[in-house]
Amino acid sequence: MESILTINNLTKKFGFVTAVKDLSFTINRGNVYGILGPNGSGKSTTLGIVLNVVNKTQGDFKWFDGNVSTHDALKKVGAIIERPNFYPYMTAAQNLKLVCKIKGVAYSKIEEKLEVVGLVDRKDHKFNTYSLGMKQRLAIASALLNDPEILILDEPTNGLDPQGIHQIRKIIKDIAANGTTILLASHLLDEVEKVCSHVVVLRKGEKLYSGRVDEMISSHGFFELKTEKQEELLKCLENDAVFKNIKVENGLITAFLNEPMDATNFNKLMFEKGIVLSHLVKRKESLEEQFLQLTDNN
Amino acid sequence: MLRLLNLELQKLLLNRASKVLIFVSFVLPFTVLILSSIKINFFGFFTLELGELGIFNFPIIWHITTFFAAQFKFFFAIVVVSMIGNEYSNKTIKQNLIDGLSKKEFILSKFYTIVFFSLVATILITVASFCIGMYYSSYTEASIIFRETNFIAAYFVKLVGFFTLCLFFGMLVKRSAFALAFLFILFILENIILGLITWQSNFELAEKIQNFFPLKSMYKLIDQPFQRIVMTKFPDKIDLTYDYAVHGYEFLIVLCWTALFLFLSYRILKNRDL
Repeated sequence: MESILTINNLTKKFGFVTAVKDLSFTINRGNVYGILGPNGSGKSTTLGIVLNVVNKTQGDFKWFDGNVSTHDALKKVGAIIERPNFYPYMTAAQNLKLVCKIKGVAYSKIEEKLEVVGLVDRKDHKFNTYSLGMKQRLAIASALLNDPEILILDEPTNGLDPQGIHQIRKIIKDIAANGTTILLASHLLDEVEKVCSHVVVLRKGEKLYSGRVDEMISSHGFFELKTEKQEELLKCLENDAVFKNIKVENGLITAFLNEPMDATNFNKLMFEKGIVLSHLVKRKESLEEQFLQLTDNN
Repeated sequence: MLRLLNLELQKLLLNRASKVLIFVSFVLPFTVLILSSIKINFFGFFTLELGELGIFNFPIIWHITTFFAAQFKFFFAIVVVSMIGNEYSNKTIKQNLIDGLSKKEFILSKFYTIVFFSLVATILITVASFCIGMYYSSYTEASIIFRETNFIAAYFVKLVGFFTLCLFFGMLVKRSAFALAFLFILFILENIILGLITWQSNFELAEKIQNFFPLKSMYKLIDQPFQRIVMTKFPDKIDLTYDYAVHGYEFLIVLCWTALFLFLSYRILKNRDL
């Protein structure tokens, strides 16, 4: 697969603090990536380095095939970092015109992209009259001006109200549906779970995992069970080596699997033992549970 | 180059505060120049006509107009430091770089703007001086008109040098008010060093050394013209003579400072994490 961004052994130190430690990963075309990590895990720093605003201490990275300078590569990239940064005294259209001049894009794109984010009717209003949600949408329009090969978003829904979050997510999904590669940094897991196919998990500047979302931890999932004969069921589960961990909460038994087993077989097995289940669900851990497991265990 | 200049001009001209300051820095010197060139009648008591003093004669007019116009450079200096300060306070410098401007291009766009406005100011002052001179001057032979036009070149270099110094301070401290304060501190510092050297040895040596300092070297490009005006009135007073001419080495010193400040601005930005 064609790679868009390759990071090799990247390290960044701020004085004595190591913000990014020996980080390596590759972004391939057409996937939607999430960078996950708690606050201060080095997400923004990593993005800052590849976006030419933070100097690396060690290691290297290359955009596309590595034959273009970073600032030329950035003309094919759309990126939003932390907060929307624009000139407050200029109108939306003027701000985008400036970005067009920097990226070398035709002015005709301005109208088109403002349409995408739904700001056409406010385009001649000054930036400082915008609400945070509108500012963030303008930032997305600005990042899309050059029809980027990759869109980088750092906490795009931070500080927005539920409607704003919903609007931004919808825009991101639409963009992803067009086949644009997206790199989304966030600590909001449901956000990443909803849009990303791949994740990179960071903690304290170190990579814990990179790969597909559904392969994040080697888990076979778990059963959620309810029955009238709870005591018998529990005894039965504890004696079975297939289950490693059993939790009881409000009459709901959660049994984690050690090896693959489907729900039909399990149901049959229980029935043979004379236990009738009133509730049986087989589930995999949500990204949040996987993430917590990953960041706690290491 | 035009792209970078165009970029910066958009940033400046859409900002009301800097638009006003640019306007003032261009219009004010001309208003003063034109007001001083007309005959002012003080309610019939007496008439003041500066033209009569001979200050609008070629070639001395080049010296006088450039010297006075240069005093108004401070207005544009505010524009220069605020165009850096605003980029930092709005964090747009970060966004510009993310959008694909290189750090070198960022500094160059500021520098081109400085050169552009210095050039416009120089052209305006040249045209204005020429017109006033043609009107008032007692001598209008081409050889006399074009003598000492190196003051025009000195004016241009002086402006570029001074604004590049402002650019450097702006990049260094990120805030416009502090940058202007630094400019003032540098001025005091140069004079303190002058005082120290005078105290340790003598004034002559001290002044020679001070002529190499950034602010003083820019000042030395166009020396004060008052003494020269007096000289023309009393040509026999030998002790008044001084060296007011524009020298090649004076250009060189200022150009070196300009290059150094430009380079240092770039280095600061290059090594800084935004």
